[in-house]
Amino acid sequence: MRILVCISKTPDTTAKIAFTDNNTKFAEAGVQFIINPYDEWYALVRAIELKEADPSSVIHLVTVGGADAEPVIRKALALGGDEAIRVNVDVADSFAVASQIAAVATAGGYDLVLTGKETIDYNGSAIGGMLAELLGMPYIALATKVDVAGGTATVTREIEGGEEVAEVALPVVISCQKGVAEQRIPNMKGIMSARTKPLKVVEPVAVEALTTVHHFELPPAKAGVKLVSPESVGELVRLLHEEAKVF
Amino acid sequence: MSVLIFADQSEGHIKKAAFEALSYGAALAKNMNTTAIAVVLGPVSADGAAELGKYGVSKVLLAATDALAHLDGQAFAAAVAQAATQEGAQVVVFPHNPDGKAVAPRVAVRLKAGLVAGAIDLPDLSGGGFVVRKNVFSGKAFAYVSVTSPIKVISLNPNSFHVQAGDGKAEVVAFAPDAVAPRVKVTAVNKVSGEVPLSEAEIVVSGGRGLKGPENWGLVEDLAHVLGAATACSRPVADAHWRPHHEHVGQTGLTIRPNLYIAIGISGAIQHLAGVNGSKVIVVINKDPEAPFFKAADYGIVGDAFDVVPKFTAAVKELKGK
Repeated sequence: MRILVCISKTPDTTAKIAFTDNNTKFAEAGVQFIINPYDEWYALVRAIELKEADPSSVIHLVTVGGADAEPVIRKALALGGDEAIRVNVDVADSFAVASQIAAVATAGGYDLVLTGKETIDYNGSAIGGMLAELLGMPYIALATKVDVAGGTATVTREIEGGEEVAEVALPVVISCQKGVAEQRIPNMKGIMSARTKPLKVVEPVAVEALTTVHHFELPPAKAGVKLVSPESVGELVRLLHEEAKVF
Repeated sequence: MSVLIFADQSEGHIKKAAFEALSYGAALAKNMNTTAIAVVLGPVSADGAAELGKYGVSKVLLAATDALAHLDGQAFAAAVAQAATQEGAQVVVFPHNPDGKAVAPRVAVRLKAGLVAGAIDLPDLSGGGFVVRKNVFSGKAFAYVSVTSPIKVISLNPNSFHVQAGDGKAEVVAFAPDAVAPRVKVTAVNKVSGEVPLSEAEIVVSGGRGLKGPENWGLVEDLAHVLGAATACSRPVADAHWRPHHEHVGQTGLTIRPNLYIAIGISGAIQHLAGVNGSKVIVVINKDPEAPFFKAADYGIVGDAFDVVPKFTAAVKELKGK
């Protein structure tokens, strides 16, 4: 089985969020970048598990971004995967990114394409669906369990207040979240071998973005917590009812 | 010319998230001096579809077929795109829920439309533009996204737009989308019965490690019950299997935006806050006055959950009894 895992570079979960250039750009200075957790913990680790079960499988990683995305893709290779592909273009919008990945996926002929359910920076949750549409493949969003046997994927996905189980013939695009796999830490052997794994740089296809970020804004600071004594819980209930009007 | 809203159903009933999307689409249509039209896929009755007029749509395209009872992304996207083309839709609105997340990106590609996923406000149309606010950086900031394509697709974050219900009736028109070979075979649907779905809940009561063990979750459930709330938990609690994974809210779990989030015995790590900081009002109950959650809270009690929460439940019961 040929597996493609989509990897995005995101600011660390604890990074300070600030903007520059008149609030039009994320302030990257001093920010540590990581593999988007959903891509790493769930999509990539599940791909590695599937290859462990079927060692004839091939795992390719793909990322869209400039050379500054390479440390993150090397880190992903340290966890697993046979080779990585970087599409050498800055991220514009989700349609542009999906179009670049679609070009790579078409060239590679994959049976299974895995993404995280969303990135923790733009929270778009759109790449998997767009990619599937561009490739003419089915797409299962928000998977919590992914099994593959005999050319069929059995996928459990989140629905409101529960789960749905579906079978779908390969090839398929699946976005992964908690439940699909457990986080792994790269070991020394993985880190060493990642240095010699192929990292191909491909040039982008021509595509125009359909959206742009006009500007960013930080939410207004909280007014501060109103503390109520544990002796007067009734007062809290009164405040929630009369002041906050939430019930 | 129209705004088309995808009103998704489950077991023949239109979902709450769709009511929000319908209200939003109707308000947007008004701002654009055009009409709001809904498209419903799956076995919904004609009367049920006409009811959607309450939320401001004048017409409902109803494809009441069992073939579309369960989500098949390709079939749904083809049908919605066909409806959009047929009705000359300039904007297509989805709920940003599990089905909307699966279908909206596909429809955007089909219509060559820019997508704003997880919008939280109506578009700003001033100066001929189309700029929509959404959450980014897991609720730590907003982005104002300008859509430059002729057709636009928006998925609306749950609990971001008030349902506006009147007494209108919509004209129901049978809709027969071109057949698409099914690719996804649904084999089981497992719903947690009798509980409020977390993603749709207006009030959420959530517990953390401070509750010491799964045997103490009665405290959380009792309070949730009197408030008509959903229950949730922090990551360590789900990882320790005290509670099911689908209750985990936070950066790597579910992101929720209820009107009221009550955090009991949760310290408030930044990863947890990322999943809940879109909540309108946050109440924190924690015995550690240094818990970082108090900085993100609107109301707080520094106290022992085992003492405070039963009093909280009793006080709500008393209030509701009046």
